[in-house]
Amino acid sequence: MGVSSAAAMVGQPLVATSGLQAPQDSLAGRGATGTLRDPSVVGRPRQPTVIRGDEAEIQAIEQRLACNCGCTLDVFTCRTTDFTCTYSPTLHREVLALRDEGKTAQEILDAFVDKYGEKALMAPKPEGVINLTGYLLPAGLIAAAGAGLALFITRRKGAVAAVAASNAPKSMLQAHASPEELDRLRRALADIED
Amino acid sequence: MTLLGQFALWAAFAIGLWCVLLSFSGRWQGRPELSATAVRSVYAICGCLLVASVSLWKGLIAHDFNMEYVWAYTSRNLPSSYIFSAFWAGQKGSLLFWAVVLSLFASAAQLLTARRYAHLMPYVAGVTSAVVTFFVSVMLFAADPFERLGITPADGRGLNPQLQNVGMVIHPPMLYLGYISLTIPFAFAMAALLSRRLDTGWIHAIRKWTLVSWLFLSIGITLGMWWAYVELGWGGYWAWDPVENASLLPWLTMTAFLHSVMIQEKRGMLKRWNFGLVIGTFLLSIFGTFITRSGVIASVHSFTQSNVGYFFLAFLVIAAVLAFTLLYTRWALLEAEVQLESVVSREAAFLFNNLLLVGIAFSVLWGTLFPILSELVRGTKITVGVPFFNRVNVPLGLLLLGLTGVGPLIAWRKASTSNLKRQFIAPVVSGLITLAGLLALGVRDFYATVALALAGFVAGTIVQEFYRGIRARSRMHGESIPLAFARLIGRNRRRYGGYIVHVGVLIYFVAFAGMAFKREQEATLKPGDSVEMSSPFGHRYRFTHLGISQYEALNRIVSAATVEVTKDGRSLGLMTSEKRQHVDSFKRPTFEPSTEVGIRSNLQEDLYIVYAGSVEGTEEAVYRFNLNPLVWWVWFGGLVLALGGILTMWPGGGPTTSAPRRAQAGYEVTLVGAGKD
Repeated sequence: MGVSSAAAMVGQPLVATSGLQAPQDSLAGRGATGTLRDPSVVGRPRQPTVIRGDEAEIQAIEQRLACNCGCTLDVFTCRTTDFTCTYSPTLHREVLALRDEGKTAQEILDAFVDKYGEKALMAPKPEGVINLTGYLLPAGLIAAAGAGLALFITRRKGAVAAVAASNAPKSMLQAHASPEELDRLRRALADIED
Repeated sequence: MTLLGQFALWAAFAIGLWCVLLSFSGRWQGRPELSATAVRSVYAICGCLLVASVSLWKGLIAHDFNMEYVWAYTSRNLPSSYIFSAFWAGQKGSLLFWAVVLSLFASAAQLLTARRYAHLMPYVAGVTSAVVTFFVSVMLFAADPFERLGITPADGRGLNPQLQNVGMVIHPPMLYLGYISLTIPFAFAMAALLSRRLDTGWIHAIRKWTLVSWLFLSIGITLGMWWAYVELGWGGYWAWDPVENASLLPWLTMTAFLHSVMIQEKRGMLKRWNFGLVIGTFLLSIFGTFITRSGVIASVHSFTQSNVGYFFLAFLVIAAVLAFTLLYTRWALLEAEVQLESVVSREAAFLFNNLLLVGIAFSVLWGTLFPILSELVRGTKITVGVPFFNRVNVPLGLLLLGLTGVGPLIAWRKASTSNLKRQFIAPVVSGLITLAGLLALGVRDFYATVALALAGFVAGTIVQEFYRGIRARSRMHGESIPLAFARLIGRNRRRYGGYIVHVGVLIYFVAFAGMAFKREQEATLKPGDSVEMSSPFGHRYRFTHLGISQYEALNRIVSAATVEVTKDGRSLGLMTSEKRQHVDSFKRPTFEPSTEVGIRSNLQEDLYIVYAGSVEGTEEAVYRFNLNPLVWWVWFGGLVLALGGILTMWPGGGPTTSAPRRAQAGYEVTLVGAGKD
């Protein structure tokens, strides 16, 4: 029995139970692993993580697959977070099995879509009218509105300039300010403007 | 106490209806005594709801488990601070919290608004009372917080473990305060439309309220990110969850309003747009409430599904129809006093900024609703998660960041070529130097590189603005640099407070970019086993599993997995991640075991450890280790943003009335220039 768990007595403070200084603790490769005093309070039993050569690829695939436990997370994040979810470990095993069959990442994603429907993906495929609308509509609307706005202002600009030129008060024109002086004045105003 | 609470709710409901009736009829019939009674009724509603709130708190503190709400959200062994926060932890209590806070805000608006806006106040009373009465009616007819059980259980079910966090004591009230206070600007906008007093008076009357709402929303969203990060355990702080999106929507439109209102104040433009933004922001706050409480969209943050969603949907539709119809009827009265003159002007930059902010809000709303729309149109269920939102919104967000740096550089009315050259050189050089530095360091992630380079550009803009302001003060008044800096901010809090807010936004973007380089690894470790990870900053971390200890705390049994951490061979100490099995006072489990992550934070990166579980009931532990770069800066960015917001709304210091005069002087300069050319 590991010293941490052996020392862990309900009601005792953490300091008394940590057992970090205990030399007789069983360590990996040096003896049996200790058993928890109460395994039922640490959630569902876990399987040892199998670190594979293609771990990064598996992680990338699972980050594109949605867990269906209601967590709104991807399979990798959900299964490594453990919202006591039983779906994501199952989906993980399916990914591993498909990978072991020699399927590519895209083939695995397609297999999930075939089995669970499009909701298995974290984001809809950017294909088809509806999905493409989903991706492009916001940026398209902003671009269209921006272009319309720029056009509107530019068209007004000519009219405003003409009105301004014809309405410019004579007394001001008689100020005989040089372009340099006007530029200095603009800069000074720019410095103090709110 | 439940009888008293229920009586208080019914009284608030009756007085609320009375107030709505009096406030409108008093104004329309020209009977000031009715209007005065309506205003006094606002305080009466507030008093009733305070009594109801005290009744609920009394039940919570007294462990009155005969009250369904007390039984559902507390237990005898729940720590006191969470008994206090249980008030807003559940659907029913949070509705009461909303109603009482709104009635307090409504009373404060009546008390604190200057007398020159007295003509608006009866309408403001009517609108705020209508909203409060709606919330009270939801409680009375669908979600009674004072509902009694047939029996009195010996103990309650306890509070959801994820809500037993200090973040959940502070974050929901902050977010609620932001949401709730949005009703006040909305009420003033409606009052201005109803009274046909459509000058800038209502804008000045709500200035502080809009800033208060925006500030609370900002703090609430940042605290929400912090809570998600430390409590949910998935390793990040923003997942584009529908409820997170719902909080972001009104923040975006309110931010747009805070910019566009400046154009109305200075130039008399965008009147219709500003009314639209205030109305839209209020409706989005109700929409967010609908999403959170209806169960129409799955979210880990939402309340349990209930029929209150129908109430909110109906209220949302009615409020939208009434408000936009009213705006439509006043459309002709809201003509702009002047027109935009140039695409290259600060007004235009603000307009494009507004377009982007509202566009991003639409994009977030679109993504949130897209699964429903897709199912309606195609009959196919889809998931719209992080990849979708990132693909659609990150480019828009970067564009917005760029505009944050562009806006302050462009002159009002029309910028000349010389003005543009003079203004842009330093910020552009700053951005290019940042870009070159990033490329030299080997940073290749496209969006992160663009974000950081734009951050360099925006930083250049802000530093230049402060530098010029300080230099001008030093020259004109002979002040030392620290004194000139302090007075520069103190004398023009709105402008320089705004720049500090921009610094906060800039820090946010830098921190968000950091997450592009996060590292994560799973490992199953027996005591003594280690795992090593390299961080993006080049550090090498070693995590050695020491063991698992189990012990009892006040209301939970804790299994603590301890890891010894070294950084580049130097010991950093121990980190602990826990599994917590919460129990009631009879030691009966109340919820599924929850995870408490271990976090060690510094300016560069966070070490983030999740003890996911044990193998076969042994000390062999399954872990996820994350190295999350720059996360500390998210919280710091939130602090800077909040400080900038507080500075902006601090009383005095902002000569806003002289701004149009200065703008007029600039206009005359333009005319002289046009005349000479």
